[in-house]
Parts: sequence; C-alpha cells; structure tokens
Amino acid sequence: MLVLIALTLLKVVGIVLAFVMLVATIMTWADRKQSALIQDRIGPNRASIGSVRAAGLIHILADALKTLFKEDFTPRDANQGLFRIAPFLAFVPALLAFAVIPVGDTYCPDGAFIVQNFRDVCTAGAQADYFRVSNMGAGLLCIFAIVSLGVYGASIGGWASNNKFALIGGVRVTAQMVSYEVTMGLTLVGLLMIYGTVDLNEMVRAQGTLLWGFVPMWGIVTQPVAFFLFFTAAIAETKRPPFDIPEAESELAAGYFVEYSSMRFALFTLSEYVASVLVAMMVTTLFLGGWQVPYLYGDGLHNPMTGDLALSIPYLLVKVIQIGAFCFKVLALCWLQLQVRWTLPRFRYDQLMKLGWKVILPLSLINVLVTGLWLLVAA
Amino acid sequence: MSELLIETEDGDLDSAPMNLQMGPSHPAMHGTIKMRLKLDGEIVQRSDIEVGYLHRGFEKSCESVTWTQVLPYTDRLNYVSPLCNNVGYCMAVEKLIGVTATERCQYIRTIMAETSRIGDHLTCVGASAMELGAFTAFLYAIEAREELWRLTEAVTGARLTHSYCRIGGLKDDLPLDFEASYRVVEKKVRSLIYDIRALLDTNRIFLDRMKDIGCISAERALSLGFTGPCLRSTGHDYDVRKYAPYMIYDRLDFEVPVGVKGDNYDRYLVRLEEVDQSLRMIDQCFKQIPAGPINVDDGRLVLPAKDEVYHSIEGTIAHFKLIMDGIKVPPGEVYSYTEAGNGELGFYLISTGEGRPYKCRVRPPCWALMQGVAEMVEGYQIADIVPTFGSINMIGGECDR
Repeated sequence: MLVLIALTLLKVVGIVLAFVMLVATIMTWADRKQSALIQDRIGPNRASIGSVRAAGLIHILADALKTLFKEDFTPRDANQGLFRIAPFLAFVPALLAFAVIPVGDTYCPDGAFIVQNFRDVCTAGAQADYFRVSNMGAGLLCIFAIVSLGVYGASIGGWASNNKFALIGGVRVTAQMVSYEVTMGLTLVGLLMIYGTVDLNEMVRAQGTLLWGFVPMWGIVTQPVAFFLFFTAAIAETKRPPFDIPEAESELAAGYFVEYSSMRFALFTLSEYVASVLVAMMVTTLFLGGWQVPYLYGDGLHNPMTGDLALSIPYLLVKVIQIGAFCFKVLALCWLQLQVRWTLPRFRYDQLMKLGWKVILPLSLINVLVTGLWLLVAA
Repeated sequence: MSELLIETEDGDLDSAPMNLQMGPSHPAMHGTIKMRLKLDGEIVQRSDIEVGYLHRGFEKSCESVTWTQVLPYTDRLNYVSPLCNNVGYCMAVEKLIGVTATERCQYIRTIMAETSRIGDHLTCVGASAMELGAFTAFLYAIEAREELWRLTEAVTGARLTHSYCRIGGLKDDLPLDFEASYRVVEKKVRSLIYDIRALLDTNRIFLDRMKDIGCISAERALSLGFTGPCLRSTGHDYDVRKYAPYMIYDRLDFEVPVGVKGDNYDRYLVRLEEVDQSLRMIDQCFKQIPAGPINVDDGRLVLPAKDEVYHSIEGTIAHFKLIMDGIKVPPGEVYSYTEAGNGELGFYLISTGEGRPYKCRVRPPCWALMQGVAEMVEGYQIADIVPTFGSINMIGGECDR
C-alpha cells in the first residue's frame, strides 16, 4: 500500500508538476516570445540574475515573485469566501485532468513481452502503469467530468467580484464552456466507435495498428474531420484567443477576473495555460497517436512492408523514445495554439455560440453518422 | 424602476436592464470618454456619451500667447497627426494676414501633412484591429507609423509634437537626403500595409465583426456634421481637398475613396485606401516640388536670419519685437478649414490687431463624430461598441481641447 502511494505521488510529481507545470510556465514565456517573433519585436529580455538573461526565461521567475509579493486585494463588497476560493476552483480541475493521460505505454516487468497485433503483450506478470497517474478504465469520461468542473471557478469568480464587467464575463464563460463541452464530447463519438474504448491507453495502443499495412491508424487518419472540430472546440474551452470573449480585454477590461490581483490573478491566467497544455495532451492522445512512434514497438523498429523487425532497440530506450515523442507532439500543439492566438481576431459572443451550436455540433453529428455507415460497410 | 422591467415572452420572469458605466478609465475608451450604457443582456439598448475628460482649455490658453506660440498647442489637438493641425492653423493665420506661403513651402507642407495623415489612418486601423484581439495587425501598423515618425523626426526634430510650420513658412527646409530616405520608408510602409491587409481583409472573423456593424446613413451623417473618412464611408464624397482645394491640392491627381454602407468595414477600407492615395500624392509632390525659399519675404512675419540678428541693430530689434510682441495680425476674423486626419479641421480666429489672438476657436472633426456614436452603438452588442468606437477614431486632445 505504501509503495503504491509513494509510486502515485512520484507519478504526480513527475507528470503534473515536472512536466505540465513546467510546460505551462514556459508557455507564459513562449507566448510572449512567439508573439514578439511574429510582430517584429524582441520580446521579454530584461529580467536577469547577475548578467544572465537566458533569452527572457528569467521573466518566469520574476513574474512568480512579483505576483507573490503583490497586494492580494479583495473588493469590499465582494463575496469574501467565494471570491477567495474561485481561483482554486479554476486551477485544481485544470490540473486534475492530467491524472488519466498516458505519457507512455504500460511497462512489462523484466522486459518480457511479445509484439502481437501491433502492440506489446506482456508474457511475465501483469503490466505496470508507470506512465500515468491513474489507470482508471473510463479515462476519457473522467477528463470530461473534471474539465466541466472548471467552469465553476470562472463563473463564481465573475459573480463574487461584485463587478458588472466581471459578471458579464462570468455569464459568458458559463455559456461558452457549457456549450463547447457538449460539442467536444460529440466530436469524439466517432473516435469511440472506431476504437471501441474509453480507456485512453488502450486507445493509444489501438492507434499503433497499421492500416493497409503501412498507415498508422492514428485518430487524425481515421477521423480527420473530428480532429479539426475537436481542436477548435477544445481551444474554445480553454478561453484563450480567439475565443477569449469571457475576458475580452477591450470591452470587459479583463472579464471575470477583473477584480483579482496578486497570486489569485496568476492562478486564473496560469490555469488557462494549463488548459492549453491539457488540450495539447488530449489532442495528442486522441488524434496523434499519443506516445506512438510509427513502426516502433517494444522490440524496435519494424519494416511496415513485411512486418519484420528492422532495427532492434533496447526496451528501456524504446520507452524513452516514446515518452519523448509524446512530449514533442504536446509541445508542437502548444506552439500551434500560440500561433493561432496571435493571428486571429476575437469572436463576438453570439458568433461564438453560433459556431458551437450551428456549425461544429451539426458537423460532428454528421461525422458520427458517416463513421457509423463506414463501420457498417466495413463490417 | 418598474418601467425598466422587461416582460419576457411567457411573462413569468422579469429582468431589469443593467446599467453599465464604461469609462472614462477603460481600455476601449481611449481618449477618455465615458459611456453610460443600458444593457439588455449583451445588447446595448441606450447609450449616453460623456466627453470632456481631456479638456485642457486650449482655446482660452491661446488668448494669452502670441500667434506663433499657439503652434505647439495645435500639436496637441489631434496628437496622432500633428502636422495637419500645424498646417491648418498656419493657413488660417496667413489667410487673416493675407499672405500666401511660397510654392516650395506649400509642397513641403503637403508632403508632411500627408505623411502625418498616413500615420493617423494606420494608427486608427491598427487600433481598431487590436481591439478586436488582432494584436499582430496593430503592431504592424505601429511599426509602419514608427518608420514615418523617424522620417518626420529627421525633418522636424520631434517625434510627436512637431511644431514644424511657422506663420508664413516653415521651421526648416527638408533635409538634403529626404527623398531617398522617404523611398526607403515608403517601401517598408507599403509592405507592412500589405501584411495588415493580408491578415485582415479576408479574415472571416474580422469581416463578421466589422461588416454591418455601427452603420450610419449619409443623410444622418451629414446632418450630424460628420466629415472625413467617417462621412466618406457612408458614400458621400466630401473632402476639403477636393471641394475647396487649398495649398497645391488642385494640382495633384488623387481620388476620394467612398464607402457604401457606412459600417465599420467601410471605414476601415476607406482609411486604407486613403493611405494609398496619400502615398500617391507625395509621389507627385516630389515630381513637382520647385526650388526656392521656404519663407515669405516679409520681415513682419518671419524671423530675420541669425546673421542679421547678431550683426545689425535692425535685425536685433525685428527679432526682439517678433518674439516679445508677436506677429501683428490685422484686425478681423476668419474661418479657415483644412482636411485633417479625421475630417474638416476648422480654425475660427478673431484678431484685434494685437500680437495675440483675441479668440481662437477650433472646429474639431471628432466633436461632430462623437454626436453620432450613441446611435451607432445602440441596438448592437456590447462587444460591437469597441470596433465602432475605434473606427470613429475619436482623439481626446482634439475633441475636448
């Protein structure tokens, strides 16, 4: 039991704190540097320790120190309790959702396995889940359940501030997140039909199957429409531009967190970056084959034409490569989100709702129908 | 309170409209204005615009300084295109005195005023894009403006408050390499405008946010006293440079772009098209500009050369009198109007023959534009206030004076 707890804690520290929080904080820097690149600027480069500036990376530290030491201001007429708790309600669910994302494949004890049907099957003892915090079977449903909790933080924060701008932002955030959750869920139905599981690791393993002998059966191949719909809906769910209408700084000042300062403010912004990382991880897991590297299985690289082992690689190294591939895909998707963020203008509230309910939702329903027909024909 | 309650269709849920004070300290209300809004959800039912937060007493201040000392104040009217104001003011005083600036001076004034206008339009287009969240387009526009400012700085010595014109002439002639450095800047500006248009012109989100938002009809705009790009976007082609050509505008070949609907998108396009026309005008000016003096040959208006001031008693006295007493403008009154960045900028001056203005009244184009804002935002959504107000291009310094 103690070993189990220690292992889980280790996984939490390793995945959530070391990877997710690192990527999220680095995104605060990358966001500024990326925009500077696009906009012909230099970007942050002033914060320094001694003479070390590290291309502006020290700004992350400076930001953290600054937000920690700022006055934590609470408006007099705000609902004190809810006002204080709202940032945590936003931040905690954002972090919780990472519990079920598989960063790497299950591990076979003693490296004893055979590659069968495009996946590693352990021969000696049970496979161990070292690379995700929780191996609950209903992983995908769990993510949706947790993500939908995130709306409470923002809407309670907006309401408890006792500020009209914040209230409008809070109302917008509620409508936006509730609508896009529906859409997000429906876009994935086709995926569930094809892979027949909601266990995320099983889904990733299924994506290692080769279609017609050489095309990896990644989600983006089997469900290309769903990929675009889900990615759009998921960015909308993060409340990041171009879907940042709840905080639309030009009309609502800062929307639902306009009254927040200090670390509570930082928690709201950070939870958006964490949500971006979550989107990147979900899209990677569902559509880009998660930790899969094409033709790479437990024993090494396989020749897609013949199916024979082409290059033998030690089991542990394979695991490292796979985890590296996962991280690479996540970072690439984070970068893509930044690129979108700095290119497009913001939607208007009603246009966003129209996009969600009248475009993405019907398209995802059609997608479900088409997938069903295709499966029927294929069977 | 009861008359504010809205009966919903099924009649069982009441909701009162929300009163929202937007501004004067609000990111979208640049130039510090306040909007008192009555909101039904996201829809603006009524709006009440309060201006005057940037009132500095421009007109009163003018009465206590010499005619020349008014110039720096005019820089701060529309601080985005100060050279247009400089030109407008100097032309008004010259009209009152009855002198005309020299040929070369008029060309230089035209070039500089058009440069300023380009900067003004780009700032407005960029700022309204930024308020829609398109921050990148904004910074491209600002970069182009920065190039223009660097050019203007080389001519006038200042980035923002140029005070370049003088009554009867200019502070200085153009630098020798001006045309060459202008060509470099022009190329850069054109490529940046191309980038801005590539980002926005066909962007579906941008079009949805700009088209059919903040419409106003030509008749209504005219009756409110609209001028400039905002009037032209409604389809009316009133442009002072065409209707009452001043300086050398009648010798330039340019077109007046007009819109159709008077919505935000038309205002955006009209401004960008005017930038093109301005670049065209500057090109022609460079071809036509003659050599010659930049100041009128009149010792009562123009400061004597430094050589004379230091070495002759007449020069010293003339310099002293012009600085201490100011230019003596013959008694009378005059209204002179020019096309500034936002429209017709008028100066109504009264002189009693002293060295100081008796009255210096400004007709700022923004003041009239602000009258229309209320009806341009009512009925639209709260998010539409931002691009509408942005494309009006209200400049506090000019509106509130």
